[in-house]
Amino acid sequence: MSDNKKNAPYKIPIGPIHPALKEPILFTFKMNGEVIEEVDFSPGKVHRGIEWMGMRRNPVQIVHLTDRICGICGVTHTFAFSRAVEQVAGIRVPERAQYIRTIMAELERIQSHLLWAGVAAHELGFDTLFNLAWRVREESLDVIEYITGNRINYGIIQIGGVRRDIVKEQIPRIEEALSYYEGLVDKMLKLFLHDKTINMRCRGSGILTKKAALELCTVGPTARASGLKFDVRIDSPYGAYGDIDFDMVLPECYLSETNGDVYDRIVVRILEIPQSVSIIRQCLKNMPGEEGDILWEPKMPKLLSACKKAGGEAVGRVEAPRGECIHYVRMKKADAPYMWKVKASTYSNQLAWLEILKGEQIADIPIIVASIDPCMSCTDRVSVIRKNSSEIFTKEQLHRMSVEKTRGLN
Amino acid sequence: MTIISAGAGVIAGTVAVAVFGMVLGLLLLGIDRKFAAHMQARVGPPIRQPFIDVLKLLAKDSVVPENAIKSVFNAAPVIALASAITVLLYIPIGSIAPVFGNYGDIILVMYLLTVPALAMVAGGFASGSPYASVGAQREMVTMIAYEFPLAVVIIAVAWRLSVAGISDPFSLATISGVATGVTIWSVAGPLGIIGCILLLIVLAWVTPAELSRVPCDTPEAETELCGGLVVEYSGRNLAMFYIAGGVKTVAMLALSVAVFLPWNLSWFVAMSPEAGLIADLAFFVLKMVAVLFVSVSLIRVSMARFRINHVVTIYWGYLALIGVLALILIGADAILTGGIFV
Repeated sequence: MSDNKKNAPYKIPIGPIHPALKEPILFTFKMNGEVIEEVDFSPGKVHRGIEWMGMRRNPVQIVHLTDRICGICGVTHTFAFSRAVEQVAGIRVPERAQYIRTIMAELERIQSHLLWAGVAAHELGFDTLFNLAWRVREESLDVIEYITGNRINYGIIQIGGVRRDIVKEQIPRIEEALSYYEGLVDKMLKLFLHDKTINMRCRGSGILTKKAALELCTVGPTARASGLKFDVRIDSPYGAYGDIDFDMVLPECYLSETNGDVYDRIVVRILEIPQSVSIIRQCLKNMPGEEGDILWEPKMPKLLSACKKAGGEAVGRVEAPRGECIHYVRMKKADAPYMWKVKASTYSNQLAWLEILKGEQIADIPIIVASIDPCMSCTDRVSVIRKNSSEIFTKEQLHRMSVEKTRGLN
Repeated sequence: MTIISAGAGVIAGTVAVAVFGMVLGLLLLGIDRKFAAHMQARVGPPIRQPFIDVLKLLAKDSVVPENAIKSVFNAAPVIALASAITVLLYIPIGSIAPVFGNYGDIILVMYLLTVPALAMVAGGFASGSPYASVGAQREMVTMIAYEFPLAVVIIAVAWRLSVAGISDPFSLATISGVATGVTIWSVAGPLGIIGCILLLIVLAWVTPAELSRVPCDTPEAETELCGGLVVEYSGRNLAMFYIAGGVKTVAMLALSVAVFLPWNLSWFVAMSPEAGLIADLAFFVLKMVAVLFVSVSLIRVSMARFRINHVVTIYWGYLALIGVLALILIGADAILTGGIFV
């Protein structure tokens, strides 16, 4: 009896609020000494009811809500939502606006990856790198502010185009920032990938095999680091990506092999920074159309009436810095969309936690959790709280609810 | 009468050393934060920040968790602080001989250095939190890991001095040259000096582990265990741990200075005894800041935190090997200079 108790695994709760987690989520670890035996997590701590609010507003108003789904992805959600609405309403976006959207999406990728790099370094206890990464990130935020007027919630994308143009006079400033990042790439590779302690901590920890990555439907850098060739920008080009020449970043670009460990995820994210720089360069060079031709319809009532007349459904797919982000919109010739569903990239990636945390040490929890670049406020869309009940929905119940909801759509 | 006056002298000395240790300890923590901040391209908090922190903590309540063992939980910080101050009583400060110089030697100092860590382990286990338990386990492992290289360093130096025919080689007053004016560097030959430099490297690496700083702050690991050992501590108890950390920093740095950087200004420049005392003290603090910069600030800004198994591999594997190599060099040096057969 006493023997049994001695060997029993103990439980460690991490979260909902914990220094290792930048956003609230509750992990329960069953530990055996320093080794993790079982993982469970329960999201749903930062549900803000944005979809609910959206389904009571017209699409142009929703654009401002989508801007605020995530604090880091200022373009991603707006981009995906606008693309969905544009498909439903048959709105053609001017070429120039497509290029500006692409430039913004890539600038966002740079700042998001640098932010992640800083957070990852902090999780490893490497605060110097954290401070340096965030200092370097400032430049991209400055450029974003220079173009859009905002640092975080850019508010640049509008249904049918963009609100602000990038004029000729602005290009030198953007080029300056791009050169700044190009000059930094070698330094960043040296700091992040050649550092002895980072190698010690990251190599071979949190391994996600190619098969598991495919089965768990991971997306973005998490999937690419495991060797899956998924990138929405290449698989189904949107914006201006179709006209631009670039290759998918896989760990093979830098290493000779793909392990799918935390180190590979760092490799992919760091190498995507020069890739973004090259994409922005090409966009600036090839930007077509006249200055000012950036909106399908500048007059708001006309745009609203076009949205109101629209009926049908569409999916807007965008490759966010964290992976594929999907917005599903169904409109029934009314002011507000009948259905709006957001599936952020973390939603697809978070199940990988169960796979990659098992068998790892307690010391690696923060970096492995951070390695998929989770964004909980993007992801949390459902929270069921009932008084005095700890009821959990079964698979059958969830399936039934889903079928009922789908029937209701038609 | 003499016994009473000697007792009064000891008490006065103890109080003076305690105050000196606490103030200097907190000051050194502030200087360390400033160093680290500047190396990380930040401005950093003012140097007096640790004093502000301690004052704030002292003004707050100590919360004791419901499932903690109250007596151990509350005793741990006191023991940690008291034992850290006791270590200081055995270490010469500048050219001032240690208060307890006649009663104990460097082996006792090594034992005393483990007591604050043991108190923290006891407090961690007593707090009844899983984070603190994991932190306490890790602290024990870290302690076992760094004790061996530390012992190698200390014993090698003392042994070399004893071979050179110096009496009472294990007394810190002798090692630091306060009593005799002879240091390890003046005794050792060329091979011995190479060995001593290796030992210096080992000691510089033991310091961050002893003080639980990055990369060996696994027991406290902020992002992993939210502070580990001290996660349940608050208010006065936490303030005492904080001060104990400062005093321990002073003790560890003073030990490094006493063993390997024992020079005093008054040895080289002629000056009156009073001026010499002050100059030596200032020089001593300066040397401590230099050691702090190299073996605490510099190491902690240039590394990520180790995993606990890395700590063991590094201290038992690499550093122990370097230590043994240094021992062999010093032994060879002793044989070559002929001291061993005299």
